[in-house]
Amino acid sequence: MGINRYQVYKFFKLTFIQIFLMSVAVTCLFPLFWMVRSAFMTNDTIFTDKSFIPKIIQLGNFAQAWTDGNFGVYFLNSIIYTASVVTGIVIVSSLAAYAFSRLNFPGKNFFFYMFVAAMMIPLPGSFVPLFVLMNKLGLVNTRIGYILCMINVGLSLSIFLLKTFFDKMPADLEDAARIDGCGKLGIWWYVALPLAQPAIAVIVIFNSLNVWNEYILASLLLNDNSKMPLQKGLMVFQGAHSVDYPILMAGLTIAALPIILIYLVMQKHIIKGLSSGAIVG
Amino acid sequence: MSTNPATARRNLLFKDNFESFAFILPAVIIFSVFYIYPFFETFALSMQKWNGISLHRTFIWFNNFIDLKDDKIWWNALGHAGYVTFIALTLQNALAFALALACDREIRMKRFYRVVFFLPPVLSEVVVGLIWQWILYAGKQDGQHIGLLNHFLDKTGFSHLIHSWLSDPDTALTCIAVVHSWKGFGWGFIILLAGLQTIDRQLYEAAKVDGAGSWRVLRNVTIPMMIPVIFDVIVLTILGSMQVFVLIISLLGNGLGDHTDVPVTRIFSAMTGTNQFGYACAQGVTFGLILIFVSFTFKKLSTKLKQA
Repeated sequence: MGINRYQVYKFFKLTFIQIFLMSVAVTCLFPLFWMVRSAFMTNDTIFTDKSFIPKIIQLGNFAQAWTDGNFGVYFLNSIIYTASVVTGIVIVSSLAAYAFSRLNFPGKNFFFYMFVAAMMIPLPGSFVPLFVLMNKLGLVNTRIGYILCMINVGLSLSIFLLKTFFDKMPADLEDAARIDGCGKLGIWWYVALPLAQPAIAVIVIFNSLNVWNEYILASLLLNDNSKMPLQKGLMVFQGAHSVDYPILMAGLTIAALPIILIYLVMQKHIIKGLSSGAIVG
Repeated sequence: MSTNPATARRNLLFKDNFESFAFILPAVIIFSVFYIYPFFETFALSMQKWNGISLHRTFIWFNNFIDLKDDKIWWNALGHAGYVTFIALTLQNALAFALALACDREIRMKRFYRVVFFLPPVLSEVVVGLIWQWILYAGKQDGQHIGLLNHFLDKTGFSHLIHSWLSDPDTALTCIAVVHSWKGFGWGFIILLAGLQTIDRQLYEAAKVDGAGSWRVLRNVTIPMMIPVIFDVIVLTILGSMQVFVLIISLLGNGLGDHTDVPVTRIFSAMTGTNQFGYACAQGVTFGLILIFVSFTFKKLSTKLKQA
């Protein structure tokens, strides 16, 4: 049995493809490795020691970032914002999407297309009047103001995704519930929401990523250290006079790690949701 | 007295409609206050002169837009965003397409690659900007280069390439574009790969039976089938790259020079820097119209090509 030319060609082709993919993968991972590695260094060595595993490892940076660097507060704020915004989006958008899909009322199409149109029209300067409005309403530098703004940011896409899901969902169970005397709100809560779990999972994941990573509105609306989320807290370092790099790297790790963990656990949903969403959109 | 049946039915219908409408009411209220009002107010403000504080606003018709027309810094900023977008469209999307093609087959560690390539897109722009700022850092301490890139160039014998990557006007924008592409190519990769996987394998088999090589298959089967998906990615890339902002300020800080200005930084500095709220909105409106025009043109082009 000799090895023919075709097999040799195929072997080299596959090897070449593997080298290509692997080098890009390393390019993706290395900066993250470098961040974590730098978070374990001391102020004396961080500028000069370039070894992959530092000679002097300092574990205290994380504790110091958490307390002195205020990252404990920022972290808690980010959790509060993400949890409340995502809960708000799920309730408000599933109510609306259910009505758009199943109920009848005048102006239904008008309102639905209004939400859809908002997804398609970019208006980069609209944060200017938004800030003016928030100022008038006394919502600048308040948690509730930022939460409401962020609920609005995720609303359109979530309504659209959920409505598409409800449209495809068979209505048998809802009909059965109606015959049993269940009201509209009861059907939404007891029947539609539990059945829509896969779609809600996608909405929860995407909005969580979005709120956790949001910076522009946070920087416009929140000035108090005690109310800032992580992204804004990190930017305090940018432009500071003398930056404590080990603390900054520890802070970056604190901001990035939860997202990376959630992504790794949920990546199947994320990639599936993205692929299908992109084809639909 | 009982009401007549017609009125009763109408009342019932009204109650039913009202109940149904109540479902969308929270969404409509939030949306009206935080999206629709600012949306129209942007247009209204774009025709006013206002410093953001005083009670007095002057209506000045299209004067903000006329000023904008002659604002060299603004058009340069638009050009900078265009440059970043150009790099993203070519370098980033070519890479995404090549990776998607490489993963659209039986290959070892396919799932690992898929997970890793989408890692940069899930990180925030602030995190990405600050990590890369640390890697591209220029400067020396105790005769050692602080930034990893310059250190690497020094040690591998390319010391003539050592550079102040982020502070030199000639390289800063390219650095932004490359980091932006690093963060963004995973999006294109995932969408393109999903598109590739919907192509019927039998088409490839048929083309091979007809004696077409890999290159011919790519040109005559894959790319024509992928046109709608490719154009979707192009439009998403344009919208994302033209509005690049957070990445720039996290890479470079707020002490921006003119050479790394982009439209969104201009809007911000008109608003928070010089208190020209009306002018900031005029910039936003102009920029929004440009974006809508460009993405609409590409959508049109896509349907044209699909029909051909």
